[in-house]
Amino acid sequence: MRFLAFFFNLLEPFFRFGQQRLGLQRLGWLFVAPNLIVFGLFCFLPILINLIYAVTGGVQLMPLSRPYTGAENFQILFECGNYLDLSTCRKDVFWRAIFNTVKFSFIQVGLMVLLAMVTALVLNRKILGRGFWRGVFFYPVLLSPVVVALIWKWLLQSQGAFNAGLVALEMSPVQWLTESGWAFFWTVFVSIWAHMGFYTLILLAGLQAIPKDLYEAAEMDRASPWRTLTRITLPLLMPNLIVVLVLAAIRAVQVFDEVFVLTGGGPGSATTFIVQFIYQTGFAEQIHLYGLAAAASLALAFFLIVLTLAQLRLTRASEAGQKGR
Amino acid sequence: MGWMNFLLRTRGRQRLDWTDVLSYTYLVVGLFTMFAPVVWLVMSSFKTEAAIGQFPPTFMPYTQKTVVVAGHDKPLPLFTVTLDDGRKREMAQVQRMGIMATMVDPAAPEERVQVNIRQREPVNTLKFAWGNYTELFGKFTFGTYLWNSVFITVVATVLTLLFNSMAAFALSKYKFRGQKGVFFLIIATLMIPPTIILVPVFLVINHVGLLNSLWGVILPAVATPTGVFLLRQYMLTIPDELIEAARMDHASEWRIYWRIVLPLSAPALAVLAIFSVMWRWNDFLLPLIVLSKNEFFTLQLALNSFQGELNTQWHYLLAMTVITLLPVTLVFAFLQRYITTGIAGAGVK
Repeated sequence: MRFLAFFFNLLEPFFRFGQQRLGLQRLGWLFVAPNLIVFGLFCFLPILINLIYAVTGGVQLMPLSRPYTGAENFQILFECGNYLDLSTCRKDVFWRAIFNTVKFSFIQVGLMVLLAMVTALVLNRKILGRGFWRGVFFYPVLLSPVVVALIWKWLLQSQGAFNAGLVALEMSPVQWLTESGWAFFWTVFVSIWAHMGFYTLILLAGLQAIPKDLYEAAEMDRASPWRTLTRITLPLLMPNLIVVLVLAAIRAVQVFDEVFVLTGGGPGSATTFIVQFIYQTGFAEQIHLYGLAAAASLALAFFLIVLTLAQLRLTRASEAGQKGR
Repeated sequence: MGWMNFLLRTRGRQRLDWTDVLSYTYLVVGLFTMFAPVVWLVMSSFKTEAAIGQFPPTFMPYTQKTVVVAGHDKPLPLFTVTLDDGRKREMAQVQRMGIMATMVDPAAPEERVQVNIRQREPVNTLKFAWGNYTELFGKFTFGTYLWNSVFITVVATVLTLLFNSMAAFALSKYKFRGQKGVFFLIIATLMIPPTIILVPVFLVINHVGLLNSLWGVILPAVATPTGVFLLRQYMLTIPDELIEAARMDHASEWRIYWRIVLPLSAPALAVLAIFSVMWRWNDFLLPLIVLSKNEFFTLQLALNSFQGELNTQWHYLLAMTVITLLPVTLVFAFLQRYITTGIAGAGVK
């Protein structure tokens, strides 16, 4: 405590001086300055640099010493001999990464939000030990992506528990992480396992905000549980559901760490997603193609902007719908 | 049957109907799916190197019993041998050649018996291989990784609390030109995912000379839109009269900030501290590009780099994973309520 006081007292003259020069209200600038500097350096400046990178080539790191190449990076990324055949594209890995990311996002978001919804509905019932059960589903959310991936890698490795189970049932073992179909399945499964609890929590908060008297009225009218769900719960939960869907989609499009540790993007490029493509192009390969990586991240940004706009649209539409009712 | 009634009791109603049974079944299946993988990992981390290579694996960490036999330097593995006449004896194995093994009775080490290896079964005992954990500290500079992770987590969290509370104070208790714009800018950074500015962030960190430095991971992380938002909303509830009164008493603005507003914001600070600890401890992508030298690895990076090795030493890797998930699990066990309400309130992770 004394150390804290000493530390804070040390900064006192600085702020006194600031107050003399700036006046009382404008002293606020001094308080926000550290935050703004950090954001400026590591967020706003990088956005600008990213734009420069995307239209320049070469391997230099300094933006201004890179030769201007115009749209070449985008051409390299997007050009294909025949758009119906991915192998004719100049960067077929990029196309595969986009394809995988879209496929992953649809399946993962759909299944996860459905499961989160079911879980939230169950947790919202009159059950014993609700806090405990809520914690059960939430626990994996706190684990780091690396730990999550290792937990599952250990279960799924060729001599792991899953294959032991198969052998015990007299079936032949499966290479869960090196057969492309299974590897993709497990990336979806593991990321649902790791993130579902977060969305369950948001949906549960939404469910608990629905006025209880609506349900009492429904009970008076002898409404069936199914009718109560579709006519009261779902419509009133719609705003939360939209937030959850869009948040989940924004995260799914950026899937990287768990998959990177679990499968490394393989086998081949079966589980390579956009962020991993950016990471590999910019950092992991022999020649660091920053321009190409930056162009790819702009493509990713485009996806994200579309998703965010969709959220705004949907939220507004659903709010309008609420008012109209 | 009193306990049965207690278990089946539900608030308001007397009996369980089929939907309750379905709900509890769902919850139990969920409990298994969420925790069984973690429990399996923890149990496996106590297996010896030999036990980890065994297939099919056992749940508990069994290991083969060994005995010290006179005339042999090393302890010998113990087997149950079924002799030709059908009797069973516990014997130690001296050596094995092809399908034949030379066994001795530990009680009578002179007498050697040749048996077919199919006639013998290892004698297993339950043994927790704590060595997986203790040996970590001698190997792979594990202590360094642990220290790096702890240092980044602690320093970044302290700075996060300081910087974000300062900004939140200015945004909630002052009125200056451009205040709304600043607030908007800070919140807007929520919209910019770190993945899309990866390359230029790397450039900036490189340019300010923080590549392969723990500060290169700490500094970009100390300003968080979530933290500013959370604290500002909380500070708005602190009455302005308190601050006016302090000004009457000629307290300086800095003093008002740290003697009045900070202590009153303790609950919000606690929530942010928990978040920050988890964010920094679990961080992967930023450390991955900033810290490329082995001696600066965090636990997450070390785990990632060891699991990629050709002959992964799973017994160490699993122990390391358990150590990595331990702090988060403890935080969760004791502070679950704060975390869940914090997330449900702010809608952020």
